[in-house]
Formats: sequence, structure tokens, C-alpha cells
Amino acid sequence: MIKFNIKNLNIWFGHIHALKDVTIDITANEILSVIGPSNSGKTSFLRMLNRLNELSENFKMGGEVKFAGRNINDMDAELVRKKIGMVFALPLPLPLSIFDNVAYGVKMYGLKNRKKQQEIVEKALKQAYLWDEVKDRLQTSAFKLSGGQQQRLCIARTLAVEPDVILFDEPCSGLDPISTAKVEEAMLKLKANYTIVLVTNNVKQAARVGGKTAFFLSGELIEVDKTDKMFTAPQDKRTDDYISGKFG
Amino acid sequence: MSKKNSQRTQKIAFSLLSLATLLIVIPVGLIVIIIIQKGIPAINWQFLSDVPRQGMRAGGIFPAIVGTVYLVLGAIVFALPIGLLAAIYLSEYSKDNYLTRIIKLAIVNLAGVPSVVYGLFGLALFVVFFKFGASILSGSLTLGIMILPIIITASREALESVPYSFREVSRSLGASKWQTIRHIVLPNAISGIITGTILGLGRATGETAPILFTVAAFYLPQLPASIFDQAMALPYHLYVISTQVPNVDEKVRYGTALVLLVLALFMNLVAIIIRYQFRKKKKW
Amino acid sequence: MRKIKEFIIEKLILVCGLASIFFVAMIFLFLLKEGMNVFQTVSPFKFLFGKSWYPISEPAQLGILPLILGSLLVTFGAAVISIPIGVACAIYIAEVAPQNMKEILKSGIELLAAIPSVVLGFIGMVTIVPWVKNICHLPTGLSALSGSIMLAFMAMPTIVSIAEDALYSVPKSYKEGALALGATHWQAIHRVMLPAASSGILAAVMLGIGRVIGETMAVMMITGNSAVIPHSILQPVRTLTATIAAEMGEAVVGSEHYFALFAIGIVLFIISFAINVTADLFLHKKR
Repeated sequence: MIKFNIKNLNIWFGHIHALKDVTIDITANEILSVIGPSNSGKTSFLRMLNRLNELSENFKMGGEVKFAGRNINDMDAELVRKKIGMVFALPLPLPLSIFDNVAYGVKMYGLKNRKKQQEIVEKALKQAYLWDEVKDRLQTSAFKLSGGQQQRLCIARTLAVEPDVILFDEPCSGLDPISTAKVEEAMLKLKANYTIVLVTNNVKQAARVGGKTAFFLSGELIEVDKTDKMFTAPQDKRTDDYISGKFG
Repeated sequence: MSKKNSQRTQKIAFSLLSLATLLIVIPVGLIVIIIIQKGIPAINWQFLSDVPRQGMRAGGIFPAIVGTVYLVLGAIVFALPIGLLAAIYLSEYSKDNYLTRIIKLAIVNLAGVPSVVYGLFGLALFVVFFKFGASILSGSLTLGIMILPIIITASREALESVPYSFREVSRSLGASKWQTIRHIVLPNAISGIITGTILGLGRATGETAPILFTVAAFYLPQLPASIFDQAMALPYHLYVISTQVPNVDEKVRYGTALVLLVLALFMNLVAIIIRYQFRKKKKW
Repeated sequence: MRKIKEFIIEKLILVCGLASIFFVAMIFLFLLKEGMNVFQTVSPFKFLFGKSWYPISEPAQLGILPLILGSLLVTFGAAVISIPIGVACAIYIAEVAPQNMKEILKSGIELLAAIPSVVLGFIGMVTIVPWVKNICHLPTGLSALSGSIMLAFMAMPTIVSIAEDALYSVPKSYKEGALALGATHWQAIHRVMLPAASSGILAAVMLGIGRVIGETMAVMMITGNSAVIPHSILQPVRTLTATIAAEMGEAVVGSEHYFALFAIGIVLFIISFAINVTADLFLHKKR
């Protein structure tokens, strides 16, 4: 099943043409890794999927992004963002307690029942493999957690609003190898129930999580294919050069 | 120039700079010390709680204190909501365009308008045009407009110091713009907003010119009963007993100056302490 | 429902955002509304350049030249004193003072800004006025000079804090570059830092002067308030602001005198507007 149909997507920030004519489909319940050097447009691509780009003042777009058959610009922006969750590059807890961080989204959607909130928080923290580490101190500030814990908290916070899709924007760039492994493990388990788009600077990470991989360069989509195939027999010379570390 | 020469020049220059600094700082200290030293003997319970007597040459300053408190509270009730919302507009909604530039320029000008011109404006608009008369209402509104730029500027700074990423995270979880402001931005900017508000209070406490023709009564021993009454005010009272009434005991003048100074400085001190406390607790 | 609520809140925010423009416009309009009436009896030229201000004689003489000159004289005196001292103090705080000293000095300056002007006026009456009287052997110490000294003092917080900001925002690399070339700290300050911060310092000076021109209570209490064209800084003078403050209480609403005082308000408003707009341009001038 196709989750996203993206056709001729162009993005500008002021005079900068960040994405050029990108056409790609994203399949449900699969991990799509987006790789490419910095400034290749991969983060702009990711932030397009949940309409986060439009928070920037000078953003303009052309082409269309369809989510489950509907143009996302015709949908309510808040609903799009609820359905399509996002985990950012750096662990970004809100300045609230652990509990309130996870419950933030559902509270904003009007859920007042304390007991329901508790159930949701517990479930989300378990899915993100954080529950056992924090269950005794849910009311302490989220800033007291370690970096890896904070990032898993952010994953839990995203899961709590029960999205269909989760966007990861270089989620391990600030983490040590052990924390990275934990986050990757969480991602692989989540694949069963969610569609995942992962932007990463780390080519090896794309290879590890499998699924499909898309390679962006200077705002253009160069190639998209099954990850195994791409890493063994890339179609484009530039993909080969990037994967083998000739530039990046 | 030889090395030695330029070292000597530097020494002279730095001495002159520190001399200039002393020329400012020492008088400030002296002013505060003189007022405290000469004002303390006047302060007693009667001085703070009694009405002025014998043509304001004796008795207390209670009505003036009460009048000032009413005026300042009225000013803040008016200015805080408008100022805070204006700050939210500038920090969260305004785009980098011509309108925003004009708003910012208007704020700068509002801050620069001479205080006596505010008095004229209050007289023309509130006292005469709206027929509020010389009253606490007119005076509070005039003071409120005057402290608006202080509140806007301080609140805006506080709002803008909340990291942008918090807003982005909140929006990415499906919260609306207003929810993000209400639940994430405002709670984290609150110390700056309170600080700005208190500085505004301090400023309103000490201002005389804006209340001269809008509310201040020369001598009014009874307390105001409603916002449409005139009232005495501490700064105006100090002006009156310093220049308009002959043969007032120096002690009474210094005592009044001390009370006014303490009120104004106390607010500033509170503001500084709040700022410091919140900075210490800051989580990011 | 939530959407409607948020729509209303956001409109309210927009309205308040525009409030500053509204109030500035209102102030100017109401000054004009009342003040323009005076020009039915006096020509604007005679008003601005008339040499005598006798608002309650019959017929009233409404020339504000003595008041303008009074304001200028006091302001000029204050500027001469406060600019060098204020800028020097700003340099000291920004560059020379050790870190902990810096905080104390800054609080001291903030303290000065927080003292109500009527308190400073009172202190001026009991200190500066007798000093000036004794030192200069005058019949009264209530003079332009006393006013200038007091106002110089009141302009300091503005000048120091804005100039210090301007110096602080000069990129560190400028200074380090100069020091690396073997300049002394002082040479780095006056050859590199000061020129780089010049537009900010200029703005600081202008805003300080703006503060001085608009100051009312302290001036009224110590300049002696005589509305004649001054010939020396040792004479009593009357400023524009003090005239309004002192006379509005007696002027009958709707009288020629009342209108004339509003016309003075227009003059003050235009002066402060011009100063603030120019200073703002200097402050936002990007290098």
C-alpha cells in the first residue's frame, strides 16, 4: 500500500531552491531511509511531509504531496501533524515533566481524563523502551534524563498521539553508539505498525535499518531503490560515489 | 610611538575613564545615602498612616501613598493585557515587513514622548474629551499608556528568548499556534514578563508630570471613594511640599522623598531578584 | 469551537499589536486638535519666534522663543557635561572594569534610572542649587547651570547603557585583531572599537539628549522658571516642558493660554519624534 504520493515537488526558501522536481512514492509499513550530504534537501523533504516547512516565513512550494490519497494542503495542518509525527535531530524535550512531555499531544487534542492520559503515557514509554527507566520519576523534569533517554522520550512523545507515520530527522546524530543502537532497535520494532521515514547522515545506519533508500543531492532525488540493491548495485555513479565515501 | 609611551597613554586614558565612572556612581550613592539618613527620622507610624496636617507641614502622607497605589494598580490593569498581547504579536505573529517596522518605531516613539506631553494627552482625551474629569481613571489610563512600551519591550524580549525549537516541537505534535504560545512559550517567558511589569510599576510610581493635570490633588485629606475621584499622589505631594508650600520642615520633605524612593527602588529590586531567581532555575 | 476561540484570540492579538501605532497617532491628533486653535490668533511664525511669553496679560503675548532658548541652553549645558562622562563610563564598563565590578556598576546606573525625577529635583534643590549660588556668587542658584548639571546626571543611564550595548556588540574579532597587531588595549579601544560602535554611541547620545529635552519635574524645580531670553547660563530660565507643567493648572480649559500650552506640546512631540526616529535609524544601521 502506498502512504505518500509525491509529484513534482519543488520547495523554495526565499531565493534558495531547496527541492527540485521530486517525485517519489512511500510505501506503508516500511522504512524509507533518506541519505545525502548536508544541504541536499533531505530535511526539507522530510519536513514537507508533515507541513512543518510552512512555519518558515519565506517558504514556497509547487507540486503536490498526497497522504493516503488526499492532498495534505487540503487537510487541517494540525491533523496532518498529528497523523505524521516527527522526531528531531537533537533530543528536544519540552520544558515540562516526563509525563507532561509524553501526554502533551493528546492533552492539546482535548483529552482531559487523567486515567486515560496515564494509560497512553505508559504505553508510549513502553513502545520506546523507556518505561522501566523512568516509571518511578514521571513527574521530574525531562531535562534530567540522559541524551539517549531524552531521544527515546521524544519518540514516546510522538507515539503517544498515535500517528500513522513517523519522521526521523537524523535522530542519532547527537548520540553515542549504545544509545544509537537502542534507538535503531526501537525503530525496527515500530516498522510493523508505522510507516517510517528516516533522514540520516550515516550511510551505514541506512544499510542497517533496511527497507528502501532514497539518495538526494543538491535538492534533486538521484535514486530510490531497495536498500540492499542500492548498496550493492547503485544505478547512478553519484550514488555509488556517495555510498562508498568518495564525497559527503 | 614607543611601547613605553603608549603604555603611559593607556594608563592615563584608563584613569580618566574610571574617574568618569566615579563621577556618576558616587553621586548616586550619595543621593541614596543622604535621603535615607535625613529621611529616616521622619518615618514613624503616624507619618505613614495619618493625613497631612497644618497645611501639609505636619501629620502624615497616608492619602498620597494610597493614591499612588491606586494609580499604579490602575495603570497596570490597563497596560499589562495590551502590552503582553502586543508583545505576543511582535514575537510570534508579525512578519518581517513594513507594518512591523512601523509598529516598532511607534513603540520607540511612545517610549520617547516627554512625560509632560502624556499629561497633555491625558488631559485632552480622558479628562476633557471623555469627560472623566480629573480622576484616578484618567490618571491611571495616562500612566498606563506611558508604561506600555516598557511592558511590550520587556515581554517581547522574554518571549523571544524561548528557544524556537520548543515551538517547532509543539507544532509537530499537532498543537495549534495559540496552544503552543499558551502552553509552551508563555510559561517559559513568565519571569521576563513579570520583571518588565514590575519595572513599569516602578516607573509609574515615580512619574509626576503625567498626573499633574489628570488626577493629582494638591491637598485632599479623605481617601478616594471611586475611580472617578481625584487623589493625592506621592510624587506630586513631594513636589508640592518642596516648592509650593513655604516653611515645611525639612524632615517632612526628606521623609516623603524617602518613602517615594523606597517604593520605586523596592520594585526594581524585586524585579532584579525575580530575574536572578528564574535565571538560576532556567532549564535549557 | 476551539478554532473559533483561537480565531478571536488571534484577532485580539493583532489589535493589541497595532495599539502602539494607535496611541502615538492619538497623542499627536489630540495635541493638534487642541493646539492648532492657538494659530487662529497667533501666526505660527510669531508663536515660534515671538520674544515674549506673557500668557495672562491683556492681550496675551504668546511667543515661545524664550522657552525654546531656555530648553536649548539647559540641554546644551547638559550635553556638554553628560556626553564625555557618559561615553567614558560606558567604555569603562564595557572594556576596562573587571567582571564583578561590571555588574555592580551596571546596577548602580540602573539604580540612577529608577530614582523618580521629582526626587532628583528635590535633591538638586537642596544640593546643587546652593552650591551654584555660593560658588558663582549669584543672588539665586536656581539657574540654567543647576538645571544642566541635574539633567546631565539624568541623561547618564540612557547614554551609558545604550553606548555600552553598542560597544559590547562590536565583534570580538575586531579587538583581537588589533591586539594581535601589537596595539595596546587603549589603542584597540579608540582606534577600532569606538569607530566600529560609533553609530550606536551616536544613538545613545541622541536618546540621552531626547531624555533631557523631555524632562519636566526636576527642571521645573531647579531652573528658576523665568520666561525671558537668557543671556548667560547663570541666569534662571524656563523650559518648554516646565512651562506646560507649571501653567496648565491655572489655564482655563478652552482658553487661548490652554491652546498655547498644547501648541508647545506639539513642538515637544515633534522634537522627540525626530530624535527617536533618527536614533532608531542609527541603532539599526547595519555595517
